[in-house]
Amino acid sequence: MGIVMGTFSLQSKPVNYRKDKDDDDLEMTMVCHRPEGLDQLEALTNFSKRELQVLYRGFKNECPSGVVNEETFKQIYSQFFPQGDASTYAHYLFNAFDTTQSGSIKFEDFVTALSTLLRGSITEKLQWTFNLYDINRDGYINKEEMTGIVRAIYDMMGKYTYPALKTDAPKQHVDAFFQKMDKNRDGVVTLDEFILSCQEDENIMRSLQLFENVI
Amino acid sequence: MATGVAAWLPFARAAAIGWMPVANCPMPVAPRDNSKRQDELIILNVSGRRFQTWRTTLDRYPDTLLGSSEKDFFYNEETKEYFFDRDPDAFRSILNFYRTGKLHYPRHECISAYDEELIFFGIIPEIIGDCCYEEYKDRKRENIERLQDDQEENKDMKLPNMSFRETVWRAFENPHTSTMALVFYYVTGFFIAVSVITNVVETVPCGSTTNQKDMPCGERYTVAFFCMDTACVMIFTVEYLLRLFAAPSRCRFMRSVMSIIDVMAILPYYIGLVMTNNEDVSGAFVTLRVFRVFRIFKFSRHSQGLRILGYTLKSCASELGFLLFSLTMAIIIFATVMFYAEKGSSSSKFTSIPASFWYTIVTMTTLGYGDMVPKTIAGKIFGSICSLSGVLVIALPVPVIVSNFSRIYHQNQRADKRRAQKKARLARIRIAKSNSANAFIQTKRNGLLNELLELTMGTEEDEQKLTKSTSLLESQHHHLLHCLEKTTAHEFVDELMYERNCLETALQTFSSRSPSISSHDSSVTTCCACRAKKHSSLPNTSLTHPIAAQQGPLQELSAIHIQCGDPPSHTASRSNLNLKSDDSCRINCKSGRITTAIISLPAPPALTDGDGLHGPPQRRPPPTIQTTTSSAGSNIVKVSAL
Repeated sequence: MGIVMGTFSLQSKPVNYRKDKDDDDLEMTMVCHRPEGLDQLEALTNFSKRELQVLYRGFKNECPSGVVNEETFKQIYSQFFPQGDASTYAHYLFNAFDTTQSGSIKFEDFVTALSTLLRGSITEKLQWTFNLYDINRDGYINKEEMTGIVRAIYDMMGKYTYPALKTDAPKQHVDAFFQKMDKNRDGVVTLDEFILSCQEDENIMRSLQLFENVI
Repeated sequence: MATGVAAWLPFARAAAIGWMPVANCPMPVAPRDNSKRQDELIILNVSGRRFQTWRTTLDRYPDTLLGSSEKDFFYNEETKEYFFDRDPDAFRSILNFYRTGKLHYPRHECISAYDEELIFFGIIPEIIGDCCYEEYKDRKRENIERLQDDQEENKDMKLPNMSFRETVWRAFENPHTSTMALVFYYVTGFFIAVSVITNVVETVPCGSTTNQKDMPCGERYTVAFFCMDTACVMIFTVEYLLRLFAAPSRCRFMRSVMSIIDVMAILPYYIGLVMTNNEDVSGAFVTLRVFRVFRIFKFSRHSQGLRILGYTLKSCASELGFLLFSLTMAIIIFATVMFYAEKGSSSSKFTSIPASFWYTIVTMTTLGYGDMVPKTIAGKIFGSICSLSGVLVIALPVPVIVSNFSRIYHQNQRADKRRAQKKARLARIRIAKSNSANAFIQTKRNGLLNELLELTMGTEEDEQKLTKSTSLLESQHHHLLHCLEKTTAHEFVDELMYERNCLETALQTFSSRSPSISSHDSSVTTCCACRAKKHSSLPNTSLTHPIAAQQGPLQELSAIHIQCGDPPSHTASRSNLNLKSDDSCRINCKSGRITTAIISLPAPPALTDGDGLHGPPQRRPPPTIQTTTSSAGSNIVKVSAL
């Protein structure tokens, strides 16, 4: 009889232990972040107060805790590209937005990057793009980094495309890119080469101004 | 379009700048935000209760009433608010859906009232959050079952065109359908009772005859009992054969529990007929007669309660098994203890451990027959411990088992329900996702034609067609996807087109590149063949086929490509606005004033992109079109209809 009672009571113990651990984990994730005041942000960026308000409301709605981590970021970005797999490109984007490499994007990072992209000068935009491509932040874009980026972009297209995606399409694209950008044929593209080559290309110039009126 | 993340669209578009240096082709023009409204507060007056929210909050879900232009129908000019004559309590959860992105089901609401509100506001119930979805589905299923029960009671009218077989089956399943069925039902019930009583009475000693022995009635009136048995078995056999004949699926019927019981009820009789009266086999024969008691289970067809009991026992099998296992453990322990305690005493009944089992069981269940009692002091001590623990061991799990009955019964049902719901739910969400993907492809075709209309000298009707364009959000999203296409110099197509293109690249080597009418027709017919093979039902397309074949090559180009589209299958969704403008565009094509060049950019002759944008090369537009637009220059990149 005692044994029976013992077995009954033994079973209930591990459950309590597990529950406490879950509560602890929950508390850890409730990290909140509040951005600096509206005035400081207005001074830092090229947005007006109104625009910052709209941006923050949207941001806070999706991320009530005030920070975006990489998983959430990937999920949000993937929703815009239902046919393909946007996670790799989202990863690169996340690293580009997260200037302090802290693993999460706060509203200030978000809004400064948007300010560069939407309201910045051509040089600033090109710098930002160079930063995006330069995955290891060494100041040079080499073929591997560029292949990674281009492959990530092609992944977003998914499988059903016209004409059908061949496996070496990214590689050809990268070769064409280097043909255009790498002036001194040393196998890497530096920031100056990049900016110079882009300024020579009218398509790129025009397309950089495409999103001026996004907000 | 992704719902709920519309606020992040500006960010996604800004991030597209990262593609620009990589792209080889020029980017499409961004849609203009003509209505540069500041974000304003909207007042929603629902039966007198005023709700206020930002306009952009409602714009998050353009597929619903509040997010689309449909709410303009409810706009009240004098009071500058939107008035809805609906339930304000239910509206609260609907508005919270826009605010938080999660739809909750308030438990105090009636399920059909809530459903109606959802339908009115254009929200699909599948978006209900996980916290409330199970409750919602359970209530909905109860409601449907209730309605179904009401309907079934009205269903007892005889359907005129049933075959004999179906009539018989229906009569068996539901005896109230006809008097014949009812008669049969009662007759079989009577005979089951007769058979069971016969079996019982057979063994009763029937008073002594001249032979001094007391004989059971069965041996005294052998013939009578044999006749009775035969009659019952006749009836049961006839019933079984009739059921077998009438069953819609004979294999399934033969495997069902009831039919197995039927077979086991009549089989002993036939086996007894076949077997001879040997002394050896008569022992086995007697055993077979035991199986006749299974006839009592045939009553479960006549009693709903028996069926429910059987089902509950089946579903509680694991709990019963655990009880049995713990009892067995206790029995073995105590039997061992009692055996060794009583080993010393002489003339002890506890001859072995298995012999002690009987004592342990009788003591633990507090029966206490008294045929085996311990004699030593140790035995008595352990015996009393055994009976005390018996009380606890039996009394404790029994209420647990009883409550487990109802809990497990409901839980099993809920688990199966949830699994089935999850599959269906995931399938529906997948469909919605593929619809959003297809919506872009659809809009591409229409959007380009819309832009065509913009550039031509518009008449009144052209202007009207323009206003039917897609929402700003959607056009921005599609522009984004369009930029991605340009960056990679590949287009998005839907699955159907992709497979057809693969097919046609195989056929391409055999066809000529002359844009003659015959080739158009042939492509149309291959179109048909492909689609027929894929069994896709696109009712629109079948309608437009004859039209397409008769129009001139100009219209045929755009018409073919429209009809090859894959319209979203949910007719209730608002993204079908695309389809409507589709029709209008096609009608407008008849006027024949359309030029095909949209963006004439003096691009370098990287005309691989140009080819890439068209459909399969045999659909290159005939030269007539080219001449009307090539006035501007020879290197015009055709960003025209696909």
